[in-house]
Amino acid sequence: MMILKKFKLPILIGCIYVALAIFAPATAGRSAWVTWDYFKEMALIMPPVFLLMGLMEVWVPKDKIQKWLGSGSGIKGGLISLALGTLPTGPLYVAFPMTATLLRKGASIINMVIFLGSWAALKIPQLMVEIKFLGISFTGVRFVFTLTALVLMGFIMETILGRKSVMGWLPPENEEIMKKQAGKMKA
Amino acid sequence: MATIIMIYGFLAVCLLMSLIKSKEKSKKALKVAGKALLKTAPSLLAVLGIVGLTLGILTAEAISGLVGAEAGFVATIIAAVLGAITLIPSLVAFPLAGSLLRSGATVMTISAFVTTLVMVGMVTAPMEMKILGKKFTLLRNGLGFLAALIIAGIMGVIL
Repeated sequence: MMILKKFKLPILIGCIYVALAIFAPATAGRSAWVTWDYFKEMALIMPPVFLLMGLMEVWVPKDKIQKWLGSGSGIKGGLISLALGTLPTGPLYVAFPMTATLLRKGASIINMVIFLGSWAALKIPQLMVEIKFLGISFTGVRFVFTLTALVLMGFIMETILGRKSVMGWLPPENEEIMKKQAGKMKA
Repeated sequence: MATIIMIYGFLAVCLLMSLIKSKEKSKKALKVAGKALLKTAPSLLAVLGIVGLTLGILTAEAISGLVGAEAGFVATIIAAVLGAITLIPSLVAFPLAGSLLRSGATVMTISAFVTTLVMVGMVTAPMEMKILGKKFTLLRNGLGFLAALIIAGIMGVIL
């Protein structure tokens, strides 16, 4: 029952595929190919990413992250987040577990919104393609406004979410760590 | 491919350093990683399925049909919504946006499409929610969508 509940979304999507295969086989075939393509990519990328996150969880000290990316890091923290985000790395879903780990280690919400946003929207290789097909002025203007928007979004989200501690809204990574931290807090 | 080699290379170096420094801690890191991966697996599968469905239904031709058929404000809103729900690799998306622009779509429409495409990820939202929480995900994507519309409006005026 537990497993069924956990997998209810994938099961639902599976049903849509079956329905599609009956009523629009060409579309279903195309969809299945795309899924298979992305599956190969994910199967290669996700295990090392999670392993790196595990290593970071264990080795990188909390005070370092707090110092570089925490709420007191100011403009420097924002610039580090932007630089980390624009580096040529994998697809956005790779950044989610990284962001969660950084948040737990004391990174500020605004810096993480900049990090995720620049990862998705301001990646250097992606900007190159954009310049090639949409021109330098389009790309330049979009870059400036997107960055401005990300900083504003960060401020808004910081005011809405930041009142509570990270534990108030971030899903726990695993129960053991949560229990340990709760224990520490009590002590 | 280069990305994958880079990630694996980096992981190998980190893992080796970790093992040399402490076997105990390395073991713990593996445990943390395994648990997190298992926990995310259902939403990963869901994302895969949704990506396939959106790209299978909303092909490049379908998108240009939808965006090109309407004009003005309606086209911009359609473009923004299409951008928000699809997850297209940039090597496909930007040539598509460029050809739409040349075939007569307005700058506002194209910037709405491009900006929501990169700022809003409805397809990856189930995974984002699982890892970063519902509140964070809804705020980030909701604000991102609003911001994209405003950016598109400004770009339409100044470009």
